[in-house]
Amino acid sequence: MATSAAVSAPPPSGARALLRRLQNGDEVARLITLAFASSILLVTVGLIYQLWVTSSLPRQKFGFGFLTSSLWNPVSGEFGALPFIYGTVITSLIALLIAVPLGVGAAIFLSELAPARISSTFTFFIELLAAVPSVIYGVLAIFTLVPLMRDYVEPLLKKSLGFLPIFSGPVFGFGYFTAGVILAIMTLPFIISISREALLEVPTEQREAALALGATRWESTWQAVVPYARLGIFGSIFLALARALGETMAVTMVIGNDPSIHASLFAPGYTIAAVIANEFSEATGDLYLQSLVGLGLVLFLLTIVINAMARLLIIATASRGSSHP
Amino acid sequence: MKKSSFWLGAMGALAILLTLAEAKVLINAAGATFPYPIYGKWIEEFAKVNPDAQINYQSIGSGGGIRQFSEGTVDFGASDMPMTDEQIAKFKNKPLHFPTVLGGIVPTYNLPGVSQELKFTPEALAGIYLGKIKKWNDPEMAKVNPGVKLPDNEIVVVHRSDGSGTSFVFTDYLSKVSPEWKSKVGASTSVSWPVGLGGKGNEGVAGIVKQTPNSIGYVELIYVLQNKMAYGSLRNAAGVFLKADLESVTEAAASAAQSMPADFRVSITNAPGKKAYPIATFTYLLIPSKIDDAAKKKAIVGFLHWVLADGQKYAGSLGYAPLPKEVAAKEEKQIALIK
Amino acid sequence: MTLRNRWRKTLSYIMLSLTGVCAVVAVSLLFLLLGYLVYNGWRSIDWDFFTKLPKSPGETGGGMANAIVGSLQIILLATLAGLPVGFMAGIYLSEFGGKTFAFLVRYMADLLNGVPSIVIGIFAYAVVVVPMHGNSPLAGGFALALMLIPITARSTEQFMNSVPQTLREGALALGASKWKTIATVVVPAAYRGIATGMILGVARIAGETAPLLFTSGSSNYMNTGFTQPTASLPVMIFYRATAPYDDWHRQAWAAGMVLLLLVLLANVAARLVLSRGISLQK
Repeated sequence: MATSAAVSAPPPSGARALLRRLQNGDEVARLITLAFASSILLVTVGLIYQLWVTSSLPRQKFGFGFLTSSLWNPVSGEFGALPFIYGTVITSLIALLIAVPLGVGAAIFLSELAPARISSTFTFFIELLAAVPSVIYGVLAIFTLVPLMRDYVEPLLKKSLGFLPIFSGPVFGFGYFTAGVILAIMTLPFIISISREALLEVPTEQREAALALGATRWESTWQAVVPYARLGIFGSIFLALARALGETMAVTMVIGNDPSIHASLFAPGYTIAAVIANEFSEATGDLYLQSLVGLGLVLFLLTIVINAMARLLIIATASRGSSHP
Repeated sequence: MKKSSFWLGAMGALAILLTLAEAKVLINAAGATFPYPIYGKWIEEFAKVNPDAQINYQSIGSGGGIRQFSEGTVDFGASDMPMTDEQIAKFKNKPLHFPTVLGGIVPTYNLPGVSQELKFTPEALAGIYLGKIKKWNDPEMAKVNPGVKLPDNEIVVVHRSDGSGTSFVFTDYLSKVSPEWKSKVGASTSVSWPVGLGGKGNEGVAGIVKQTPNSIGYVELIYVLQNKMAYGSLRNAAGVFLKADLESVTEAAASAAQSMPADFRVSITNAPGKKAYPIATFTYLLIPSKIDDAAKKKAIVGFLHWVLADGQKYAGSLGYAPLPKEVAAKEEKQIALIK
Repeated sequence: MTLRNRWRKTLSYIMLSLTGVCAVVAVSLLFLLLGYLVYNGWRSIDWDFFTKLPKSPGETGGGMANAIVGSLQIILLATLAGLPVGFMAGIYLSEFGGKTFAFLVRYMADLLNGVPSIVIGIFAYAVVVVPMHGNSPLAGGFALALMLIPITARSTEQFMNSVPQTLREGALALGASKWKTIATVVVPAAYRGIATGMILGVARIAGETAPLLFTSGSSNYMNTGFTQPTASLPVMIFYRATAPYDDWHRQAWAAGMVLLLLVLLANVAARLVLSRGISLQK
């Protein structure tokens, strides 16, 4: 940056000055790349604007009630976002409940215990999991996970824990639980990958100090290393959450497509992304279509917030890690 | 960099080649999944007679068909449910409805261990879809199926998740036979279903029923025939239990054929007549009354003539019923209204 | 050893073994799922798949030639639009960016990156499909380009930044202007990483389905041109897998396998290129 200031003299005003600036190749390059960079700004602002404007009808008609109403009835023209928000949140929570212990556990193994070769090979394969397209997870889920849940897992849970409302009710195979499980598989690679990196950042002194004080290997890991890396681990969890919230195809194929709220995890439900995917191309009438866009806006805002928190946590980890000798 | 530029170049060449392909008349259509098997067949056969026209039919549901037709993103639409007055009012030039074929909607089920055919009463169907009848061995089912060992399993109800003409016809029928259904749910392409899973399209519902034990769904006859799924008989208004087939579906349209309104918008569910199948329907092509593109107009008009004459021959083998002759004759006259 | 210590040691052993189990489960999931897919796909694939058009429902046979071509068209459009924009924006961020504006662009790029693809699809619908009165690869390509731009921009920036400042200073000391330095020294030094980022980005959008559902639509024909509804591989997989016909399921498996292998191949190739590049630089 210092060099460019030395090269171009302070610009005089006027059109001639502009021309003179343009003759400078560097300035042209800067302007061209600036234009491209600005397009990112334009597009993002345009996106937010478009979403806001195209969801004005339900906002006018229902106001805040759009978010709190649980009635989705295209016939009577009543649209409430609550069943979809509920479904999105519940499936993501289930996904995290499964993926976080599994993922953090695997990350601990890969960073603390595994020899470097195994650690990087395992990580390589796990990161490949992250590249698998959502629709392929969906196909696998329909033909393998749904029968598995319907015939074995859910009846088992129902028999043993059926007194709990979340495990009661008829078993469909399709539903919140199955969607949560496939989301867990999809978000696992992110948690493992980022947590492992956060754990690798932890200086060995932490580990060694704990061991020197007589801690077992596990105690030193769990009580000295992991807390040190907790910001990064939380960051990975938030990132996984953000991805789970926006996941569309795999969830659409197994959620059961029922726009109501159910207590039971076995019941069919709906998520914001799934209802848009299913109903957008055939929503008849402006209110219907704009309500779907409104749902998209809700999802958009939700993911922005979660993503921002994730990034803050990850940045905090990085800066903390580098501030130590 | 070299490798990626090679691939870019190859893809670019391919794209250019494709753009230079022969100029055919491209016609886009979208709509009901109900008649998709026969429309697919018709398009294939019509292309043999008229190879310049390429008709692309996107099977997205009647709701989608009406919407895309209203927005002008397709050249014609398809729907099992005729457009409402409200929907028609949005057009500058009133669209024309052309019934193409008759079909029946059947209750299909997946009950492993039950090999006999089940009988359904209107009350049973309404009760199941209202969520009041929860198990297969409910007395309402048992009383009309003596001798069948109905399992004590919960019924997995499957309905449509998308805007569906098939749903409209089904709920229209339920509204006629069940006052409770009529007041609680009503009839439309997209209702607030009291219970059940949603499948996308006739295909989606059939797909879920086919692989989910203890499930029940409503689909057009061809889908159960093609997939060898079980389907039951339904008691009609005259008290006779009938399965959907060529005869019973044709019979359902018999009384309507005489008194067909000029715009062909009619409901034939729960038709009178001993041999009439209770959940039958016409399915419609939605054609604009004014088509500016001369080539497209020629192709569409040609397709309509072909459908009303030669197309009807394919109906029976695909599980649909051909149009009554009086109706087809009236439609031929309506083609002249397309400017 | 006291009882408590014995317990602590046992606990340590158990917990650490559990973490090993977690890692094994995670990797096994990959192999199980993908193995099942490849197994089913391998059984289902035939030459027709690549060369024939789809048939009407209920009829067996046919293939997905149009979906393959359609996907290529859409990806081509997205790449043509997205890669240059992202590349240039990345260069701006790393070489020219002032403090606040660059921060804003970076923030927006990350924001755009985190937007669920279905929401991008809504935007593409409003901006391209509605004015064009129909679905097309242009709309689909636009949506995917929007996803490609922030990925490419950030990865380009990252790899440009990793080029040591000494390289730049050396070129400038020899009298090269800034843009010449960038073009002839910095970019070539970082090209391996940049290319990797691009390949990974394209692999990521190649598998996207949600934004295509209502932008490029679907078709049973081979597409001519870029302004008609077009079939694409991911969308076809979705429709085929959710239908009742066994033959359609077979095709879904085959298509899934083809898509997966392409995406994984691109990913593996990109990572190998990158890792080899780094070790060579050292």
